[in-house]
Amino acid sequence: MKSTNEMKLTMESRSVNEGFARVAVTAFTAQLDPTIEEINDIKTAVSEAVTNCIVHAYPETVGRIYISASIYDNLTVRIKIRDSGVGIPDIKKAMEPLYTSLGGERAGLGFAVMESFMDKVRVRSVPGKGTTVTLEKKIRGRDE
Amino acid sequence: MAARIFYEKDTMTVFLDGEIDHHSAAIIRAGIDEAILASRPGTLVLDFGGITFMDSSGIGLVMGRYRLLRALGGELVMTNLPESISKVMRLAGLEKLGRIEEREVTV
Repeated sequence: MKSTNEMKLTMESRSVNEGFARVAVTAFTAQLDPTIEEINDIKTAVSEAVTNCIVHAYPETVGRIYISASIYDNLTVRIKIRDSGVGIPDIKKAMEPLYTSLGGERAGLGFAVMESFMDKVRVRSVPGKGTTVTLEKKIRGRDE
Repeated sequence: MAARIFYEKDTMTVFLDGEIDHHSAAIIRAGIDEAILASRPGTLVLDFGGITFMDSSGIGLVMGRYRLLRALGGELVMTNLPESISKVMRLAGLEKLGRIEEREVTV
């Protein structure tokens, strides 16, 4: 399916950018006229994915996070969040609710939130090369 | 974002406002933990009334404070949870960690 609109942005993996990333993506999605709940769902899922890049992909360094979003005719938004960080050795394990490789203050719920707030979540990762998380959601808006 | 903290008897109430993500959680956590360790409250009330956004870093924040409080023999109460964060709260099953109360806390 061909997208009808798209945007791309690149930012450094600084935690202060988490707010910017989720607001930028939801502002782009606003053209689909989402409900407040749908906006909040996307905001939260993007926040989780971007936090993963900052905390896990670039643990000791500042790297780049590449975000793109595309809108499709059927009112679906597809968001890609990519890094060129350390990668995930075991994706299945990383996606288990409550699993965290860091412990302490991390709840281990990032992927669980993405999966429950979006329609589709895809994760591709190559250790040493980086990770791409693709989030998809159909915007039903106020017609629902 | 700085959390406002108030004391009444052995209850410490933290009024959270703005957005809780991984960035802000670190700042909020430092302020709350310093106050908990200084005052050793019997009850910690986290008031979410002013929160406009929260992701799973907020869950981590609550879980961490719950553990600290339990180690000190205190209990956790969460209050004024906005609708916008109830979904992430339910997903994490946070009601198992502390009491959730609907109440107006007067300052």
